[in-house]
Amino acid sequence: MRANDVVRLAWGTLSSQPGRAGLMLAAMAIGVAAVVILTALGEGARRYVVGEFSSLGTHLLIVLPGRTETTGAGPSAFVGQTPRDLTIDDAMALQRTRLVRRVAPLVVGSAPVGWGGRERESVILGSTAELLEVRHWDMAQGRFLPPSDPQLASSVCVIGAKIRRELFGSQSALGQWLRIGERRFRVIGVLASEGRSIGMDVEELVIVPVASAQMLFNAPSLFRILVEARSRESMDAARTFVIDTITARHQGEEDITVITQDAVLATFDRILRALTLTVAGIAGISLAVAGILIMNVMLVAVTQRTAEIGLLKALGANMSVITRLFLTEATLLASLGALIGVGIGEGGSYLISHLYPALPPGAPLWAIAAGLGVAVATGLVFAALPARRAARLDPVQALARR
Amino acid sequence: MIELSAIHRIFVVGDQEVHALNDINLKIGEGEYVSIMGPSGSGKSTLLNLLGLLDRPTGGTYRLDSRDVTSLDDQEQAHTRLEKIGFVFQFFHLVPRLSAAQNVELPMVLAGVEPGLRRTRVDEALAAVGLKERAHHKPEQLSGGQRQRVAIARATIMRPRVLLADEPTGNLDRHSGQEVVALLESLNAAGITLLVVTHDPEIGRRARRQIHMVDGMVEEDNSSP
Repeated sequence: MRANDVVRLAWGTLSSQPGRAGLMLAAMAIGVAAVVILTALGEGARRYVVGEFSSLGTHLLIVLPGRTETTGAGPSAFVGQTPRDLTIDDAMALQRTRLVRRVAPLVVGSAPVGWGGRERESVILGSTAELLEVRHWDMAQGRFLPPSDPQLASSVCVIGAKIRRELFGSQSALGQWLRIGERRFRVIGVLASEGRSIGMDVEELVIVPVASAQMLFNAPSLFRILVEARSRESMDAARTFVIDTITARHQGEEDITVITQDAVLATFDRILRALTLTVAGIAGISLAVAGILIMNVMLVAVTQRTAEIGLLKALGANMSVITRLFLTEATLLASLGALIGVGIGEGGSYLISHLYPALPPGAPLWAIAAGLGVAVATGLVFAALPARRAARLDPVQALARR
Repeated sequence: MIELSAIHRIFVVGDQEVHALNDINLKIGEGEYVSIMGPSGSGKSTLLNLLGLLDRPTGGTYRLDSRDVTSLDDQEQAHTRLEKIGFVFQFFHLVPRLSAAQNVELPMVLAGVEPGLRRTRVDEALAAVGLKERAHHKPEQLSGGQRQRVAIARATIMRPRVLLADEPTGNLDRHSGQEVVALLESLNAAGITLLVVTHDPEIGRRARRQIHMVDGMVEEDNSSP
C-alpha cells in the first residue's frame, strides 16, 4: 500500500469523527504547550540570571588566602601550615602586567556606624578606587574613593543608599563626619542602589580606603583581591600570572586560591538548566496523560470500527497494513496536536515576556523539538496496543457483527 | 480451481466442541456457478469463509489453483485474497464515509495500484454495474440494491478468479435481489467462478450446481445441465 494512500485513508477516518479527533488534539496540544511554556520560563530565568552575572564582569578573578586542599594530616598539623597573609603589597604586585586591567584589594569587617544620635551595625568594606569599576557600581551622589596610594589611610568613606537613608534621613550626607567604630570618616559619596551583588547588599555597605579598614579591624591580611583581567581570552594567562606572582612573593609557597566569576556563573547555569529540565519533565507528564487518552480513544475506535477492519482484511489487507493505518492515525493526531501546542506555547511565552519584560522571551529550540518528538513518540507508543488489537481481529467475527 | 480434501473445522464453545465442517471433499472447476444451501448452522457460511481464506480449517487441505493455501501465513493469505478472491456480503459492508467510487477503489488502494490507473478502472467498474452517475454518492444516499452493486464492483475490481457471495440478496427486496443476481450471473458468464450461499431456494436453483449442506456435511451435490 502506498504511503500517501495510508495517510489519506487515516486522515479520512479522523475527519469523519471531528469530535473524537478534536478531543485528542486538545489533549496533545495542552501537553506540548505546557512543555513549551514551562521550558520557556525556566530558560528565561536562566538567561536572566546569567545575564545579571555577566554584568558583574565575566573576566573577574577572585584571589582568596589559603589553599583549598587537605593538608597536615597527623603530627604535621602541629608544625603549622598557616597561610601567609595576603597583603596590600601582594595586590599591588598583581598590577604589574598587561594581562590585568584592574586590581581591587578587599577587607571586610563589621562595625557600628553612627551619625548624631543614630547608630547601626554595618558591613565595612575596605578597598581602593578601582573597586567601583571592577564591580560596575554607580554613584548616586558625590564621588567614590579617590585614587591614591593604597597604603595610605585617609578618613573618607562612601556609603550605601540605605545607610544614608537610615542615618541621615532627609539631610544631606555629603561632607558629614561618620563614626565608624572608634574613628571618624567624612562621607564623600553615596552609592546608587543596585540591589544585591553576590552575598552583599550594596545599599547597606560602607566603603573606606583599604588601609583605613585594616586599621579599623587591626588586621594586616586582605579578605580577597579582586582582579579584572584585560579580556576574557587573557583569563587563563592572568590566573597563572596571579598564582606565580603571589607564590614568588610567599617564598615559593602556593598558598592562595583563585576562583573565577566564570566558575560561579557555570554553577548557576548548571543549576538553572537542571531546574528547567525538571520543570519540562513535569510538563512531560501531561504528554503521557495525553498519550493514555489517545490509547483509550483508539481502543474504543477499534471496537467501533470492527466491521470496517474485518472488511479491509477480507479485501486483502494484511496485519501490517491495518497496524500502519492505526499508527498513522495516531501519528497524525499527535503531530497535529503537537504543532497546535507549539503554537499555543509560543503565544503563551510571548505573552509572558510581555508581562514580565525582564525575562528574555521564547522557548529554546531544543524544547520545541523535544516537545514535538515526545508527542509523536507518545502517540506511537500508546497507539501500538490498539493497532495490534485491530490487526489481530478475526475477520469472520469482525464481519459477522452488525 | 478449488479443491478441498477432508476439511474439518471445529469450534470450541466453552468446553464443547462444535463440528461446523465435517470431512468436506469438494472440487470446483474454473467458471462454475455453485449455490450452497442449507439451514442455519449447517456450516455453509463457515465453508465460504474458509474458501475466502478468512478462516483456517482445523484439518484437511485446501488447494486454490493447485496451490496448497492452508498453511500460508497472514501476509500471503492477505495477498491471495487481494488477487484471487472477491467477497460480496449480505450487509454490503461499504465504508460509510467513503463515496461509491472510493469504496470500489479500496482494494486497488490496498494493492498499491497507481492512482491514474485506479481512476479509469473505477469508472469502468461503476459503469459496468450501471452506477456511473452515482460515483460520488455516499452509501447512505444509495438504495440497498445500488449498495450491493457497488459492493460487487468493489469485489471484482481486482479481477479475481473467484467471487464468494454470502446471502447477497438476503437484505434486498425482490426486485433489487433479481437485479443483483442477474449482475452476478453476467459476471459468471464472463468467466468468473461464482459461489453463492443462500437461504432462498429460488435463487439457489438458478445455479448450475447446487450443494446442500446439513450439520457440516455435504448432503447433496447436484449438477443440472
